[in-house]
Amino acid sequence: MSEPVLATHGLCKRFGALTATDDVSIDLKPGEIHAIIGPNGAGKSTLIAQICGGLASDTGRVDLLGRDVSHLDTQARARAGLGRTFQISALAMEDTVLDNVTLGALGATARPWRFWQPVTKNAALKETAMAALERVGLASDADKRTADLSHGQRRQLEVAVALTLSPRAFVMDEPMAGLGAEGSKQMTGFLDTLRAEAPILLVEHDMDAVFALADRISVLVYGRVIATGSVDDIRQSDEVREAYLGESA
Amino acid sequence: MIAERWINCAVIAGILAVLVYALVADEPFTITLLTRVVILALAAVGLNIALGIGGLVSLGHAAFFGLGGYAMGVLASHAQTFTPLDLGFFTLPGTKSMPIIWLVAVVVSALAAWVIGLLSLRTTGVYFIMITLAFGQMFFYFSISWSAYGGEDGLSIFVRNSFPALNTLVPVQFFGLCFVLLCFALLLFHRLKASPFGLALNAARQVPERVETVGLNPMRLKLVAFVISGAITGLAGALFADLNRFVSPTMFSWQLSGELIILIIIGGVGRLMGPVVGACLFVALEHWLGGLTDFWHVWLGVILLMIVLFARGGLIGLLTGKEGAHV
Amino acid sequence: MTLLLLIEQVLNGLQFGVMLFLMAAGLTLIFGVMGLINLAHGSLYMVGAFAAAAVAGATGSFLLALVAALAAAALAGALVEIVVIRRLYGKAHLDQVLATFALILIFSEGTRWVFGSFPLFLDIPDYLSGPVTLPGGIEYPLYRLALIIVGLLVAAGLWWLTARTRIGMQIRAGENDREMIAALGVNISALYTLVFALGAALAGLAGALVGAIQSVQVGMGEPVLILAFVVIVIGGIGSIKGAFIGAILVGLTDTLGGIFLPELFKLFMESGAATQTGSALASMAVYILMGLVLIWRPTGLFGARA
Repeated sequence: MSEPVLATHGLCKRFGALTATDDVSIDLKPGEIHAIIGPNGAGKSTLIAQICGGLASDTGRVDLLGRDVSHLDTQARARAGLGRTFQISALAMEDTVLDNVTLGALGATARPWRFWQPVTKNAALKETAMAALERVGLASDADKRTADLSHGQRRQLEVAVALTLSPRAFVMDEPMAGLGAEGSKQMTGFLDTLRAEAPILLVEHDMDAVFALADRISVLVYGRVIATGSVDDIRQSDEVREAYLGESA
Repeated sequence: MIAERWINCAVIAGILAVLVYALVADEPFTITLLTRVVILALAAVGLNIALGIGGLVSLGHAAFFGLGGYAMGVLASHAQTFTPLDLGFFTLPGTKSMPIIWLVAVVVSALAAWVIGLLSLRTTGVYFIMITLAFGQMFFYFSISWSAYGGEDGLSIFVRNSFPALNTLVPVQFFGLCFVLLCFALLLFHRLKASPFGLALNAARQVPERVETVGLNPMRLKLVAFVISGAITGLAGALFADLNRFVSPTMFSWQLSGELIILIIIGGVGRLMGPVVGACLFVALEHWLGGLTDFWHVWLGVILLMIVLFARGGLIGLLTGKEGAHV
Repeated sequence: MTLLLLIEQVLNGLQFGVMLFLMAAGLTLIFGVMGLINLAHGSLYMVGAFAAAAVAGATGSFLLALVAALAAAALAGALVEIVVIRRLYGKAHLDQVLATFALILIFSEGTRWVFGSFPLFLDIPDYLSGPVTLPGGIEYPLYRLALIIVGLLVAAGLWWLTARTRIGMQIRAGENDREMIAALGVNISALYTLVFALGAALAGLAGALVGAIQSVQVGMGEPVLILAFVVIVIGGIGSIKGAFIGAILVGLTDTLGGIFLPELFKLFMESGAATQTGSALASMAVYILMGLVLIWRPTGLFGARA
């Protein structure tokens, strides 16, 4: 057994009377894709925010590479090796596609305090940025305004920004959301190759993608993990069927 | 449509053409007016870093303008009365030397911007606007109640401060100094906007959550922008005080903060020459409309309303046919 | 420094506070419901004061003057909402700031055009002038006492309006969910105009009431507006309760600071320097209060948690 790259231990978050996450303990091992599924309102977004640092947990702990990062803010967790993508694209729409990935490359250097040299003259930044665009197939759109990209291209750009960080673990919030069948298939193929680079914690509604990609699946219902297992385990679990698949199927 | 680069060149050429005309026709008042344009533009270039790139709608930049002005007023008044400036634990002599005054103005307004920024950047949006406005007003009332430096009446400086090897009493020489400083500030704005810092700041304006997830601190980026911005506006304040040889609490007034934003909006937010175009237009309107009617602010209000409702992108936006300053 | 002086100053602070509340309530309501920052709120305060001064001058009746102030400010508010403000909902704050700043210029210079640059005077009516003796033998101006009572009554009325009436329910719903109340069949643009006019009327009332103890002049609204902003920042945007508590805090801090800080400094400084330092510091007191609240709670005492 290899050490997990990312692990949560008993994460809880309450909003008043509502328990959004309840004692969530999951982990992410090297080379795997671990999918989190669950009906709307199951607490997936809360869990992501707790892992990535947007929300402070009431109790519980987040470990990254064996180190407790619970008390670090979002920036510090990113620098520690978390690469996150957003469900609703968080991109600088007024700027070019290249600008957006360059921001990621700049974040990876952690040296934004350079006020004089134009960013376009910085070969290292540009190289990292273009390499990431190349990998998601957006290289030819580098000079386009981000607002002019199609929805699917924005999802790709979202992943490209995370790539520039060379993270130790990816946390992806519904990367397939809003993609058509073709786009979804492409993204699935891409994520499949990505896992060798760093493991992916994948929150996703698209069941075809989840079943095609996941090494393990955890099912989150009302803030609790009711089952964790392989694709087959989850398909066959009566509990899951009843709590989740039964409703949506 | 016209390329922005040509408009920028035309603006600088226009200013210099008016200068040449004023020199040939021997109209020192026109040079003074032109110096006013340049200084207001400098103050607005400062604000444009916070507002245009960082998206920080500061309605309190008069605080820095005023601090720069008072830095000049306080130092020069001590120099002209030959009394040392008592800072409690040590004393300083006053000075009439522009470079020293500028340095003090920049440092003092940068410090103030740092403190105000630390407090007001804890919030965003409307809170930020109201808080910067309130802190600006705080300096206004402070300057009124601080009677040692003139209180409500302000401070007069009898002779313009000096600059090595120049005679600043000659209007065109003082204009030249201000113009060179403006050009430096414009160069800084241009480089800053294209620099890694500018890229990150520009992203922090649009998607702070993204900036965080790539490991950068959007608040710190904005704070640094706010400090640089305040320092430049403070420098402009020191020049403005030297132009009038007078400082008073009106340099701290909230109307001035509003007017600085107006300059930028008229010209074009986040554009290199937006503040310069805005300042030209503003002073021209002030001079021309102000000569026609005592109530020229009504017309300024109407023009401003029309720009906000119908011409986003300002004058440069109209001319280039591009609404946004970016891409 | 006697107890009597202290009580008198507390009453003065209270009086200032409730008048600030009239301004802040409208601002916070307009922001809470429509998401709009309105710099021109101070102009509506001025409109109320000028309307009152003009009507009082023509008829000699203070009550008619107050009615005129309410009506003129509400009318100006409704007109401005329909012509300009309506186009600003959902726009960037920068646009709102600029457009309402433009309105200030238009209102201020327009008023100067009509009434001239000299201040007008609005007299306190005979039946409210002179001092009144409070329990404990404190002499206090009757008119200022009346202002406190009117302010408290308006605060109670606003609380009743938002908590107990159908229109208040719609207003509160509007803060939470615009689509929802539109779906419920409420005419949202009429509701917005109404809320704006209500806020304007409150500002106009404050302008008229304060106009009788200060002079009525162009530019009188903006200092009050900025203090009302401080109130809202302290109380939390959108909260009427926060506006009330913030207003009282600011009113008391400003009034008591101006009196007591110079005295305080005299304890350990020589008199001239103490007066200067004290009064300079007093002029900053409310802003320092605001800074402290910001450090403690960035969204204000009763603001929504981010």
